[in-house]
Amino acid sequence: MRPLTIAAGAASGGLDGHVLGTWVAAALTLAIFSFLYKDNPVYKLAEHIFIGVSAGYVVCLEYWNVFVPNLWNPLVSGGEFILVVPFALGLLLFTRFSPRAAWLSRWAIAAMVGSYAGFAVIGALQGDLIAQVRAAMIPVYSADAAASLGAAAGGNDYVFALLAVLQNPLTIIGLVTTLFYFFFSREHRGGLGMASRVGIWFLMISFGASFGYTVMSRVSLLIGRLHFLLSDWLGVIR
Amino acid sequence: MSAAGEREGMVRRLSHLDRRIIYLIVLICAAVPLVIGARVELSVGPPVRSLYDAVDSLPPGSYVYLAADYDPGSLPELYPMNVAFVEHLFSKDVKIIAASLWAPGPPLSQRVFDDIAPRYGKTYGEDYVNLGFKEGREAVMVSVAENLKGTFPEDYFGTPCGEIPMLDGINSLRDVSMIVNVSAGYPGIKEWVQQIATRFDIPVGGGVTAVSGPEMYPYIQSGQLVGLLAGMKGAGEYEQLLEKPGLGLAGMASQSSVHVAVIVFIGLANLFYFLDRRKGR
Amino acid sequence: MKTEVPVVIAFVAGMLMIVSLFSPHPVFAGPAAVMRNWAIVITAFAYVLGVANIARISAGTVRTRGRDWRYKVVLLASLGGMLGIGLAGGIQGGGLFDWSYMNVMVPMQSTMFSLLAFFIASAAYRAFRARSVEATLLLVTAVIVMLGRVPVGERLWSGLPAFTEWIMEVPNMAAKRGIMIGAALGAISTGLKMILGLERSYLGSDK
Repeated sequence: MRPLTIAAGAASGGLDGHVLGTWVAAALTLAIFSFLYKDNPVYKLAEHIFIGVSAGYVVCLEYWNVFVPNLWNPLVSGGEFILVVPFALGLLLFTRFSPRAAWLSRWAIAAMVGSYAGFAVIGALQGDLIAQVRAAMIPVYSADAAASLGAAAGGNDYVFALLAVLQNPLTIIGLVTTLFYFFFSREHRGGLGMASRVGIWFLMISFGASFGYTVMSRVSLLIGRLHFLLSDWLGVIR
Repeated sequence: MSAAGEREGMVRRLSHLDRRIIYLIVLICAAVPLVIGARVELSVGPPVRSLYDAVDSLPPGSYVYLAADYDPGSLPELYPMNVAFVEHLFSKDVKIIAASLWAPGPPLSQRVFDDIAPRYGKTYGEDYVNLGFKEGREAVMVSVAENLKGTFPEDYFGTPCGEIPMLDGINSLRDVSMIVNVSAGYPGIKEWVQQIATRFDIPVGGGVTAVSGPEMYPYIQSGQLVGLLAGMKGAGEYEQLLEKPGLGLAGMASQSSVHVAVIVFIGLANLFYFLDRRKGR
Repeated sequence: MKTEVPVVIAFVAGMLMIVSLFSPHPVFAGPAAVMRNWAIVITAFAYVLGVANIARISAGTVRTRGRDWRYKVVLLASLGGMLGIGLAGGIQGGGLFDWSYMNVMVPMQSTMFSLLAFFIASAAYRAFRARSVEATLLLVTAVIVMLGRVPVGERLWSGLPAFTEWIMEVPNMAAKRGIMIGAALGAISTGLKMILGLERSYLGSDK
């Protein structure tokens, strides 16, 4: 298995391509890391190479994986002349470069905005709102969990049996109070104020969890790059 | 200077530590466990276990749509997941249809196939196919769910899908048993759940970056996701279940030491904060 | 023409997507499938427009010898080089295009994102303070999760991974569900406003 970092030569690049690729990748990695010391010309050079290569890469993929199979071939070889419409709308987007004709690009933008707004409505409605409200309909009290708590021997068993008993009530309280916090039509005072304060505590716990996961994520990315430098490039680790 | 004054000076210096010293500590904490080859065992969480079980129960010959919706920006977290999923699916003789809604995705999934397929004797076009990239986000999701070959008339290499043997009789996502998604963000697993899992009743599971892991728990609890790997740790847990260690497991010792370092940073910063506040009173 | 036509286009496109969810009848499903295919093609053009804009702005900077113009020359050369290789030679694996992707784009993009590990550690040191009950809750949860998701946490307390999972499944899930429901209501209302032409900011100015 070659499961590790992969910036090391093209799949069939041969030994020369592999070695050269590893050195190029390592040099560019170090160039980007040099920003940690301070902004410098080597970093800026690498940054601009990156933007250029990435932008070129995306256009090539759009051409070979979208324009050719989904537009050009069916239009020219398949006789699907209706595709002239999206072709023309796509070209109209480039009127953005001409202040006098820029308004024509709105037609293409409207087609995209309308379509994706439609998807957003569908997704939010059936995927989030209905499904999540339905999933929130849970019993407050779980007899099984209570029975487990009664039978728990102590120590970790007891702690987790207790947490299992609290699971459903806390889930319901957390959801309801969080929703109260987002209810802005009335001033948060009295009962509503209390509820929204509890909602903030739940939100803070969830933000703390998100922060912990974000640290985890960023650290993983660093480990990946260090692994490339230490294994593929320097051969310090296998 | 008095002892108290010296202590105050030290506290002030430490609380205004040069950021580059922090960077150096992070670097050392991440690199040393890698260099010494420290290995650790992981406890496997329920979301990982349930995804593993769902993939493991797929019958031989069934199809999985592997949506490689990621780019090199999250490579160390998601590439090991892509590897682990392909290993698992090939070991179960499940056929894989890979595609990507992120332009940088197809070469990554192709690299995984190139590395793994020969070991399992799998042939391109018969056991797996890479349909490449398609622009259009949710439009592609819904399109491919209704008309696979209309959405992807050709594969990544320009071969018409009608000429690819394993796609005979596969007309839409309704013909696949499961969607396994490797997701770096938008468009990704949230949209697969919103647009496909609920609307077309096709099981969706997969892996996400740790950043988006916490947001996915409502979908796990509601059953809209059959399981989830979050970040490199999730990949490591899956590798452990598969008994095929990769980067996910190799990086966990480093992950531990940097987490401890960050916690120490937070602890020290708060200690200085309280000392400062006490002095203020 | 400048305002009415785009509003009508957005209405038709959006309603087709919504109605086709509720009715699989060919009267709606057929045009919806066509519209989806059009969206795929037009979105691809939009990305090319974005790249063309980068090239245009960079070329302008080079022409006027503006700030960092030498770097813009490098940018344009990298862009032109990648375009030349990819459009003329194709994107197949094993070629120069694939080599450039694997050895230039992959290492740089992953390294850029890995810089965030340093920044987040530094930020945690500088800004993460238990100033209030709320901030303390956030801080304590973050510490528990950071420990509970790595093996060292299990060494401290064997129940920590399970406790972390409980935090994720109960208080975290409840709050995230609340946010999700609120965001869904917002997305539905904004989406409908765009489709119905009540929200037109995407059209830009009225000129």
